[in-house]
Amino acid sequence: MAPVATPFFFYLLSGIMLIGGVLVITRKNPVHSALALIVTLLAQASIYLMLYAPFVAGVQIILYAGGIMVLFLFVIMLVSVDRVQRERQFNSQWVVGIIAATALGGLFMAVYTKGKDIFPEHALPMVESDNTQQIAMKLYGQYMFAFEIASLLLLVAIIGAVVMAKKRI
Amino acid sequence: MESMLHITTLHYLVLGAALFLLGVIGVLTRRNVVIVLMSIELILNAVNLNLVAFSRMWGGLHGQVFAIFVITDAAAEAAVGLGILIAFFRNKETVNIDEVNLLKW
Repeated sequence: MAPVATPFFFYLLSGIMLIGGVLVITRKNPVHSALALIVTLLAQASIYLMLYAPFVAGVQIILYAGGIMVLFLFVIMLVSVDRVQRERQFNSQWVVGIIAATALGGLFMAVYTKGKDIFPEHALPMVESDNTQQIAMKLYGQYMFAFEIASLLLLVAIIGAVVMAKKRI
Repeated sequence: MESMLHITTLHYLVLGAALFLLGVIGVLTRRNVVIVLMSIELILNAVNLNLVAFSRMWGGLHGQVFAIFVITDAAAEAAVGLGILIAFFRNKETVNIDEVNLLKW
């Protein structure tokens, strides 16, 4: 199926993502930041759909927006006291932080404007009906070792998080 | 203006760079530890966007598989980071990142 109205959707979704990102870093209430981050993650899943990656979009929605952000919201409800929101929100090095981020942004723009010609046109539109099967072939074939190590990493992370958060070990 | 209407890989890379910058500003300037952790998630998402955009450009699926591993890694890191945050909050009753100063001279 031919893509339709690609620039409109790209600019709409990127606008939603950037507004969500700005809201994440500027809100006083951490619950508002978490909700803005969920909006950003959902818009990013839509951009993954535009990039012919439906499986990664599904993983992003289920794992990131549905797992990690729910974990964040639980912990926010555990540690957020009202006194926190009435204090100062930005720390004393914010000027140096903005200058460093601007320098990094200038570096990005220099790299992208100088090397603009090395990015070829998009490849042929990838077939997305068997995207999941193709990712499974790669994941269980070529990247099997990394897959097993990722599961070991998750086991270690679970044990570590439980031990960290227990009252008495 | 015509170049802005045809969406190429560079558009996705610039969007990823903008998200990365927002995450970096959040990590460097906020005092609340939870919002610093959420800015780190923004940075990881910017990297994922770059990976999937390059996977689209080259036609193979290696970038998408790498993006799945990055999401898995982000889940593990968020769990451990929030566990550390809970332990820190139990000791000091605050989520101000300036209070983490036991090693300061």
